[in-house]
Amino acid sequence: MSTTVSSPGTGRRRRLRLGRLPVTLIAGGLILLASLVLAIVPSAFAPYDPIAMDYMAILSPPSWAHPFGTDSFGRDVLARVIHAYTIDMQIAVFATTGPLIVGVIVGALVGYAGGVAEAIFGRIVDAVISFPFLVLVIAIVAVLGPGLGNMYIAVGVIGWVFYGRLVAGEVNVQKRLDYAAAGRAMGYTPGRIIFRHLLPNAITPAIVYWMTDMALAILLGSSLGYLGLGAQPPAAEWGVQIADGKNFMSTAWWISVFPGVAIVITGLGFSLFGDGLAELLRTKK
Amino acid sequence: MAFLSFIFRRLLQLIPTLAFILVVIFVLVRMLPGDPASAILGDRARDADVTRINAELGLDQPIPVQFGIFLKNIATGDLGNSIHLKVSVASLIADRLPVTLMLTAMAALIALVLAVPLAFVAATRQGRVADNSIRGAFQVGLSMPVFYVGLILLTVFGAQLRWFPVGGFGSSFVDHLYHLFLPALTLALSLAAILMRNLRAAIIGVVDAEYVDFARAKGLRSRLIMTRHVLRNALISTVTLFGLQVGTLLGGAVITETVFAIPGAGRLMIDSIYGRDYPVVQGLALALAVIVSLTFLLTDIVQAWLDPRVAR
Repeated sequence: MSTTVSSPGTGRRRRLRLGRLPVTLIAGGLILLASLVLAIVPSAFAPYDPIAMDYMAILSPPSWAHPFGTDSFGRDVLARVIHAYTIDMQIAVFATTGPLIVGVIVGALVGYAGGVAEAIFGRIVDAVISFPFLVLVIAIVAVLGPGLGNMYIAVGVIGWVFYGRLVAGEVNVQKRLDYAAAGRAMGYTPGRIIFRHLLPNAITPAIVYWMTDMALAILLGSSLGYLGLGAQPPAAEWGVQIADGKNFMSTAWWISVFPGVAIVITGLGFSLFGDGLAELLRTKK
Repeated sequence: MAFLSFIFRRLLQLIPTLAFILVVIFVLVRMLPGDPASAILGDRARDADVTRINAELGLDQPIPVQFGIFLKNIATGDLGNSIHLKVSVASLIADRLPVTLMLTAMAALIALVLAVPLAFVAATRQGRVADNSIRGAFQVGLSMPVFYVGLILLTVFGAQLRWFPVGGFGSSFVDHLYHLFLPALTLALSLAAILMRNLRAAIIGVVDAEYVDFARAKGLRSRLIMTRHVLRNALISTVTLFGLQVGTLLGGAVITETVFAIPGAGRLMIDSIYGRDYPVVQGLALALAVIVSLTFLLTDIVQAWLDPRVAR
């Protein structure tokens, strides 16, 4: 991290020109924008009702009438892929925002306090990362019962630790810098120093990680959907759709392949955007 | 000397971590729905039998006493018996865990074999076609869920081309390797992507370092510079990352084993969660957590060996 003594926030905000933005940021941003639009108004783009069954058109291959084909219930795969944006983008946001907020607050406090608090937090982090994340989430979902709500709880219980660790490390560096000492000398309260001055300079890695985390959340959500522990059928969710098609891979590949492509494109959107954001914030410093 | 005291300090840190792991597992397992007595006896259990089983398992004792019994049992290697499979959990783990470890080891090896040369090529041709296509391919690999990659590899190379079996574990060692190749490749792809991204950045960072300029000025052959000076230093952060990814790899193994029907610990974990076989869930969670903690320990030691500054 840089060790400048600059004051946080307002002074260094420069006007951004589109031409100067990293290509990855623009490409990722466009994918995410399109994904958001599909997630908010899927019916405007989906050619059919995602759960309407058409027994006259079971397992039809891709055609003009059904561009992505139909599944074993005669449901239109394209319509289901589009409607799944609503659930999967919701997973990306809901599964990460809570952990982000809690992790940032706890991390900032722990990083500033140091000493015993930081040592205890360090052991909690060690213990949490000692469990394979997926196994722990599956175990918690098994305790609480399958479904998206319980998945958010399971991810939330664990996920904040990663943000906390990032922020605690950064705050620990920032609090030793001159501007923090200046704040203390001015008689500012610790709360004001932490949240108004240190945090804006310490939050960048957490924000960049947030983007990666949203991509990971979609992978996790669809994995649980595939295992039958996440979104429940007949809901349109990419993991559920891939599970629906897994026994037809040799005869009707389109049921599973297209939802997978949607996962890859959306994940790519988040990671490109995250990379671009990291690059942008790095050059600004 | 600094190295030894570093290892000692690092070993001490393991104690609170393991204690915390034990508490988490104890609490989590006691929260699992349904009581073990009715799971053992079935739905038509009589109250007297339930009371008897609870007494046998120590479940009529206060929670702190139960925790004491739990610790004593673990210390003596007694992890209880599986409710459904009627065998000891320790023997089940001894039976299934090696399969998972073999799968993850193969995956780690494949990931390294893919990542190291490609990172080298990408870093030395920075910004050119080779670099961009390697990075692009891995970016896509990173966005693919394990179960999806597995399903596609299984369909193409297993069901269609028939190059590999579509599941199972085989009977001899060579047969095991043959059966585990596709699943291991599935697991390896995302790890390879993560490692390659990190290693590429590290190599680029190291190539510009002053000691590399110095080595070049001394007239060392560029191959020697690359292996002894660049790669060794670039590997430090990649080793750390590799260690941290072992947990993810084991988590991925749970899904891979489900997709490829491999009789490993991950598959057993999922089956036991669905079947509410709580002694098995408890034993497996403990075994996996201990393996990951030990890997972290090993990672730190290797890191300190590669970079003596870490130990100070």
